[in-house]
Amino acid sequence: MNAVENDKNVQPLLEVENLVKTYFRRTLTGSRENVRALDGVSFSIFPGSTLAIVGASGSGKSTLAFCLACLEKPTSGAIRFEEREILQFDEKELRGVRRKIQLIFQDPANSFNPRWQVLEILTEPLALQGNLSREEIRLRAHALLEQVGLAAQMDGKLPLELSGGQRQRLAIARALIIEPKMLILDEALSALDCSVQAQIANLLVELQRSRGLTCLFITHDMAMAAHLADEIAVMSKGRIVEQGHPDKILKQPQAGVTRELLAAVPRLDSAPAQEPES
Amino acid sequence: MRYFLRRLVHAVFLLVGVSVLAFVFTVLAPGNYFDEMRLNPQIAPETIDALRTQYEVNRPLPIRYAHWVGSVLRGDMGFSFAYNSPVAPLLLVRARNTLLLTVTAMLLSWGLALPVGIWSAVHQGRMSDRLLSWGTAALMVIPDLALALGFLILAVKSGWFPTGGMVSLHFEDLSFLGRVRDLLLHMALPTAALVLSVLPLLVRHVRAAVSEVLDAPFLLAAEGHGIPPRTLLYRYALPAAANPLISLFGFSIGTLLSGSLLVEVVMSWPGLGPFLLEAILARDLYVVIGGVLLSTFFLVGGNFLADLLLYWADPRIRTETSS
Repeated sequence: MNAVENDKNVQPLLEVENLVKTYFRRTLTGSRENVRALDGVSFSIFPGSTLAIVGASGSGKSTLAFCLACLEKPTSGAIRFEEREILQFDEKELRGVRRKIQLIFQDPANSFNPRWQVLEILTEPLALQGNLSREEIRLRAHALLEQVGLAAQMDGKLPLELSGGQRQRLAIARALIIEPKMLILDEALSALDCSVQAQIANLLVELQRSRGLTCLFITHDMAMAAHLADEIAVMSKGRIVEQGHPDKILKQPQAGVTRELLAAVPRLDSAPAQEPES
Repeated sequence: MRYFLRRLVHAVFLLVGVSVLAFVFTVLAPGNYFDEMRLNPQIAPETIDALRTQYEVNRPLPIRYAHWVGSVLRGDMGFSFAYNSPVAPLLLVRARNTLLLTVTAMLLSWGLALPVGIWSAVHQGRMSDRLLSWGTAALMVIPDLALALGFLILAVKSGWFPTGGMVSLHFEDLSFLGRVRDLLLHMALPTAALVLSVLPLLVRHVRAAVSEVLDAPFLLAAEGHGIPPRTLLYRYALPAAANPLISLFGFSIGTLLSGSLLVEVVMSWPGLGPFLLEAILARDLYVVIGGVLLSTFFLVGGNFLADLLLYWADPRIRTETSS
């Protein structure tokens, strides 16, 4: 994608420093047990670039996504967005930040209100602005639907009438309608089958190019991460264990976790050769 | 429209089925009104035989059922041996009294359960919510009968409320406002007993339904779009929580009706409860069947209403049935 050089003059859009998130869990005996979902995560993303966070399930990827989208409060650490420390923000200011950092969920079907039609779902984030007429909202929604590859006539459908790929396109369209600075995709392609995955991935590349979006792409799929990202960070047990350019990670993986994740990528040429039976 | 018709057909089938079962079981139960009469030495056996023929007690079951159905369609619903009168007018007066009690209890209990349950779900895990959960659990284990008896004791000891009946003896002499006040005083305790018997269940269901929706991903997504908490609750969470509650609404009609029968007997409210009890003891066949049928009618009607409300409230049901 749109690789941005680490120019000394360009400030990162998002800077995360030593982020920790601890959950409490009650055990059967009633004593409290700490679970460290994030154990000191630090990284930064420059405007217009894509960072992929790769990790196995349970490595804390989703917790990270929720903390960055201001839907969870981290236990300690710092998140700087547009050079402002957002963890000190009050609820009202946080709402403003949430609109600039949009999160796309793994399962888009659950992230829609099941009784609303496509048009309502898509334009819901706009309702708060209040400075647009109904007709303007409608036109904008239709334009966006076509941009993500959905027909404008679909606006009267319910989410349950859409296919998985169409739902994910709708989720992307909804995230884009308030023109966020940054998009977080939390395993957004994982539930789709391969061909649809590729279509949506290409759509993302295209949208990112045309809008100059910054993306945080969270996945367990090393191949997809290498395809989409300018930089890959590998996560394990709440920490980033390895970070670097995709080529470097693919060719010279350092951490054991990285090698395991690479081994999990299916490859056609490595399929076990069938010995002809004699 | 097809949904509506299908529900209506279901409801009618249910009513017919219940009427057959009620009829068969009541008729086949050992003993009838005239067996009791035989014990009375002042009534000649010939008279009893004549009555038996008049009321077709000896005819085969299908014919009696057919005649009874005819009588239902004419609006008589059979004949009461004890009252020597068609069942329908007797039943309607009592049903009106029962409905007065149950509808009031219904409005009150839902009117309380909704705000309390929602509040409890929003403040989940706080001390007040936990106290409320304990309170509703405690109330739920108290049997309706104990509640009704407790209120009766309260009425007797304090003297603030009448201990039974629906109106005072001098009701006819009262002014309009005086009548309303008198009726409300008589209603207060039975209604309170009924409300308390369903309220804990309703509060718990409302709380569960709302708190489940509050955890739904689409609410989180909406929060991510910067929607303020108040809008999230009223415009997103509550409509989504409505479905199980609408079904519960239909169900609660049945619970209140059956609860009402008991409360009426204990607090001598002149409704269906004491009337049916008396009819069962006297083996007044058609009154029993009529009472069962009428209760079923309310129950089925309530569920039908709930189905219509669901259709109106949830666009998903509309698309399912139109396609």
